[in-house]
Amino acid sequence: MRYLPLTAADRAEMLGVIGAPSIDALFADVPASARLAGPVDLPPHQGELEVERAMGRLAARNRPAGAGPFFCGAGAYRHHVPASVDHLIQRSEFLTSYTPYQPEIAQGTLQVLFEFQSQVAALTGLPVANASLYDGSTACAEAVMMAARVTRRSKAVLSGGLHPHYAEACWTLAHTAGVTTQRLPAAIDAEAAVIDAINGDTACVIVQTPNVFGTVTDVSAIAEAAHAAGALLVVVTTEAVSYGLLKSPGEMGADIAVAEGQSIGNPLTFGGPYVGLFAAREALLRQMPGRLCGETVDAEGKRGFVLTLSTREQHIRRDKATSNICTNSGLCALAFTIHMSLLGEAGLRQLAKINHARARSLRDALAAIPGVEILTPRFFNEFAIRLPKSAVGVVNALAADGIIAGVPVSRLEPAAGMDDVLLVCATETTALVDIADFAEALTQELAQ
Amino acid sequence: MTMLAVGRPTRPETDIANETGLESHGNGLMQDEPLIFELGNWDKTGVDLPEAEFDASDLAGLTRESPIGLPGLSEPETLRHYVRLSQKNHAIDLAMYPLGSCTMKHNPRLNEKMARLPGFADIHPLQPQSTVQGALALMDELAHWLKTLTGMPAVALSPKAGAHGELCGLLTIRAALEARGDARRTVLAPVSAHGTNPATAAMAGYQVVEIAQTDDGRVDIADLAAKLGPDVAAVMVTNPNTCGLFEREVIEIARLTHAAGAFFYCDGANFNAIVGRVRPGDLGVDAMHINLHKTFSTPHGGGGPGAGPVVLSAALAPFAPAPWIVSGEDGLHLIERNEGEAAHAFGRLCAFHGQMGMYVRALTYMMSHGSDGLRQVAEDAVLAANYVKARLSTALTAAFPDGPCMHEALFDDHWLEDTGITTLDVAKALIDEGFHPMTMYFPLVVHGAMLIEPTETEPKHEIDRFCDAVLRLAAAAKAGDVARFKGAPFKAPLRRLDETAAARKPRLRWTA
Repeated sequence: MRYLPLTAADRAEMLGVIGAPSIDALFADVPASARLAGPVDLPPHQGELEVERAMGRLAARNRPAGAGPFFCGAGAYRHHVPASVDHLIQRSEFLTSYTPYQPEIAQGTLQVLFEFQSQVAALTGLPVANASLYDGSTACAEAVMMAARVTRRSKAVLSGGLHPHYAEACWTLAHTAGVTTQRLPAAIDAEAAVIDAINGDTACVIVQTPNVFGTVTDVSAIAEAAHAAGALLVVVTTEAVSYGLLKSPGEMGADIAVAEGQSIGNPLTFGGPYVGLFAAREALLRQMPGRLCGETVDAEGKRGFVLTLSTREQHIRRDKATSNICTNSGLCALAFTIHMSLLGEAGLRQLAKINHARARSLRDALAAIPGVEILTPRFFNEFAIRLPKSAVGVVNALAADGIIAGVPVSRLEPAAGMDDVLLVCATETTALVDIADFAEALTQELAQ
Repeated sequence: MTMLAVGRPTRPETDIANETGLESHGNGLMQDEPLIFELGNWDKTGVDLPEAEFDASDLAGLTRESPIGLPGLSEPETLRHYVRLSQKNHAIDLAMYPLGSCTMKHNPRLNEKMARLPGFADIHPLQPQSTVQGALALMDELAHWLKTLTGMPAVALSPKAGAHGELCGLLTIRAALEARGDARRTVLAPVSAHGTNPATAAMAGYQVVEIAQTDDGRVDIADLAAKLGPDVAAVMVTNPNTCGLFEREVIEIARLTHAAGAFFYCDGANFNAIVGRVRPGDLGVDAMHINLHKTFSTPHGGGGPGAGPVVLSAALAPFAPAPWIVSGEDGLHLIERNEGEAAHAFGRLCAFHGQMGMYVRALTYMMSHGSDGLRQVAEDAVLAANYVKARLSTALTAAFPDGPCMHEALFDDHWLEDTGITTLDVAKALIDEGFHPMTMYFPLVVHGAMLIEPTETEPKHEIDRFCDAVLRLAAAAKAGDVARFKGAPFKAPLRRLDETAAARKPRLRWTA
């Protein structure tokens, strides 16, 4: 077996040093009734060629986004990732290292995390960011729990524009801890509706911009209303590229900003692994979940970086920790940091403008189709449209023609009563010819 | 003077390295590396993007006017910066990385190549299911391997890490108990448990009560029996445990737990020791997470991403979270809500379907090893740990000297008594010997713990090189060479770092 270096002679010699008669003797503590006599019922080992062939067959049964017209967003976005990003994250020293518990020999990872935190703080307009969480949805759920700790209140108000999966992840984490999540009805443009639901029990309000329907919202008034009632404002963003064009959560009064960072540096990969961004006001620092990397000096006074404020964390506080989070999403955060370094402020702003321009082209093309109604009033790179028939049916029909038309709202939330609503998205990877093909196919489908 | 054939000296005549008057701020090729925020011109970019017509009329005045504060670098500068940073890391590909409880084994590159196939890397989680049948088949196949290896009938794939898997398991248990109208409030876990166990139990809404440990490093059955009762929802036990020992009484632990109406949660962090030789389902386990980034070698990546699927017993299976994969006449389907066969699912842990990129890597790893290779994995991992234990016990003090260990060898710090040297000092001195230190001060039940996990992918000569280094240090410690330890590391990119200063006045981002 190519990954196992010990030879039969090595094994015999090592058993001799141990003083054990056989390998079986080393498993003597296992109850006899639970010892398997031979291999389990699975195929035997295979060479690279055979495994590659089998995996290739599975991969070939999927239709990659890049294979033709493609318009899905709704929490995961197809962007171009520069070749150097994937090269760098496969450096052995990044790929095959562990969480930086020994900082003297992990300065590469630690400095990257410091740069990552600095970038996330800049993007969100908030002073402190952690070293990443699993993804945007779990970051959102952690924000609810953090707000409950900070305010000592037990209700979170979730806007009807919050991604339904995020709302469900929040409920999962919150309800067992006695924190209720009040979810307002799904609506295209209703972030401000949370204001009426705020009361003296409200720990936080969760709003999303751009929201799951693509609507961008100035949340400043929501921030004022939340703060007046002693509640925190959590602003969710699933499309991190939008930070390059739109006012930041911090500028609009957010106390906590959470985001899905996949758009920068990370492929779609069917939903994971992704990277959760989490930033907050300085005063909330000691209630934050997850790893934090901080600057310090070594014994010779040279600058270095370490994991810090670990007294919040599970390996020190155990059942009193701010979260059970152990790892971050290190390699995805690395990809994010490298891609963001390549973009820089100028590149990110330009990328965001291109995304917006493509979405406007898509909007114009779809708006011209009889029966299609554009629902989203203000958008970045995705928006909702109403069709004269079931969105699922249309998506399936177009998929048969090689066009992936978008995400039906009913797939995310069947009870929303939006069976005829489709979410569509365009990015810099969307060619104008793809938009034309989509518009033509949709026109034909709706004419039938 | 030592010279090679052409007359070029191959060794320095004297130690003149510090007398050159060099003003470089690094050590030869290992130079100090500034932050991206300190490099050059902020207006640069390393991507060439087309011009775009910009019209803000759909943005309602929400455009970002003030500077964001992000530096940009050209591609050559980016490459150089991150390659230089990478060189300041230790990694498995450089030398043995014997972090106990972390299973730092070789990461095959075939796994990376397969995860990057466009059919896996470039598919969207919400595109029509008819267009991702291969991805669903892969998840189904991974589930089959995990269920077969553990002897369990069901698996929830979506947890994104080990701790997330623990949460998934406890929430499943909670849902099963609530479904039978039997709300319970307590979770029992041994004092030696990973910190994530009590933290997870608290997150899932439970009070945590610790179970005592016996002198031979195992769960104290009498204490467990005394603490079990009608309020106990689950018993969380790591097996093999964090002392690197198999819980001999595991079947009795399961029996007592079930007799009390509770569920048996096994922390599967150490599954690498028994994969292919023992099925947790045969031990009475109700739920167990599997760290794909440990046993099945998805790369640790400097701290994630991981993946923590949870195998479940028949009693718990109906309550597993969405999504579920089911087979229909027209192919495989993902059930994404609490409906149909997933009507009793406890809900959703996270957006989408879990860590697909890790599923591809883990299945590639499993298929490469096969049932025979995976069994050999456990055998070689256990053999290597016992070999380390045998060799090092000549100078160090094993925490549990009697009987074999499993995949990791645990030592305490009694051997350092009266030397003035601590476990931390030994760890830092090991860096100067060219190794990543072992896990230190964990588990908490052993004084000055040193937990060494070599894994099955270390060749014997590398294990010997490591043991030789530890034994050299032990001899130096006993000879009173304190300076070698207290100042260590001397040969790392940085000397010991001041963690207290970092925490006292946190500086968590770059500021001008």
